[in-house]
Amino acid sequence: MLPVLTTRRESEDTFTVELDPGDRLAFAPGQFMMLYAFGTGEAAISISGDPAEAARLVHTVRALGPTTQAICAVQPGEVVGVRGPFGRPWPVAEAEGGDVVIVAGGIGLAPLRPALLWILSRRERYERVTLLYGGRSPEQLLYGDELAAWRERDDLDVAVTVDVARSDWRGRVGVVPALVATARFDPAHTVAMVCGPEIMMRATASALSDRGVSAERIHLSLERNMQCAFGRCGHCQLGPTLLCRDGPVFPYAQIAPWMRVWEL
Amino acid sequence: MKTLDALLSECPVFTGLDGETLELIAGCGRNVRFPAEQHLFREGEAADTFYVVRHGVITLEMRVPARRPLVIETLHDGDVVGWSWLVPPYRWAFDARAAEPTAAVALDGACLREKCREDPALGYELLQRFSQVMVERLQAARLRLLDVYGDPRAA
Repeated sequence: MLPVLTTRRESEDTFTVELDPGDRLAFAPGQFMMLYAFGTGEAAISISGDPAEAARLVHTVRALGPTTQAICAVQPGEVVGVRGPFGRPWPVAEAEGGDVVIVAGGIGLAPLRPALLWILSRRERYERVTLLYGGRSPEQLLYGDELAAWRERDDLDVAVTVDVARSDWRGRVGVVPALVATARFDPAHTVAMVCGPEIMMRATASALSDRGVSAERIHLSLERNMQCAFGRCGHCQLGPTLLCRDGPVFPYAQIAPWMRVWEL
Repeated sequence: MKTLDALLSECPVFTGLDGETLELIAGCGRNVRFPAEQHLFREGEAADTFYVVRHGVITLEMRVPARRPLVIETLHDGDVVGWSWLVPPYRWAFDARAAEPTAAVALDGACLREKCREDPALGYELLQRFSQVMVERLQAARLRLLDVYGDPRAA
């Protein structure tokens, strides 16, 4: 059980909850925790905080069902049950020495934020770094202040787009996979990290492949019904893999055949 | 200063065309500049000119009764603005507005159609290239139709 330090509304239905892990809690970018709202249930939630900031365990949660609604409603001083961290992380070390393209859709930016913060804190180890981020509308984009700060950096290319907007929106309107075509990176020396709705990830992986990035260098974070989180219950099985144990991050080359199977 | 055919050769829709063809197309073109907020065209108007963005941002908008205009797409450097010049009845289906000061090449659609009629090989080449633009935008529209960021419980 961990006490809640702060909560912050990110958008209409999405909140960032910071927990006090007490002792230092080490995690790798892309890993997830099982969060338990007492009397309601447990849900797998990606860690969205800075890996270097071990005094805070940060999660960005979208209130979609009873459990996530209960987690989003917690207040400072209350406690949340936690297990973890679990799962295979983003290949941030493997990406060193080359270009990195991070593509996020909607709340998919939350599990990618630790990877981006990790890379930015070791910026000299990477070549060109690009963030492509898409959301449904300007109001639903996450981390507004931080996004603005990232856009100011001269060592990070940032492109943000939304599906639809009113005429007073000054940014891009269009789908995030379309940003891949004009992003600047060297396909042969690029590692791509992609997270968002599965259809958006498929379209993005296809766009990256069209640019010449090999499927082994495209990594996706998948989501299924994770319950035990250590590969025992089988609820998150996708083909021969258990997402909680073998993922949630997979090379596209490994997972693509199973993503094409209907109703799997 | 670059010639029009040199400017067009840098736009993805015309990339790879030989010099003679680019000159032929450039013969229907002219350089234009739009201050921020100026409309390039409005829904229902005759689609007799289309544009290739050199620098700037163009928003495609639809007017919805009792609501502010909705931006359905933004177009950026190298993008084509409009294909209604290519297919009857040659009328725009949406508004296009410069979101910031924008430089573009304006191409006379009627002039280009006439050249395509005279030279079917050119017509086929352009149709193939504009079909690619249409397919990309159709796929993007389908992706948005799915509302992938919406509440999955509403699916």
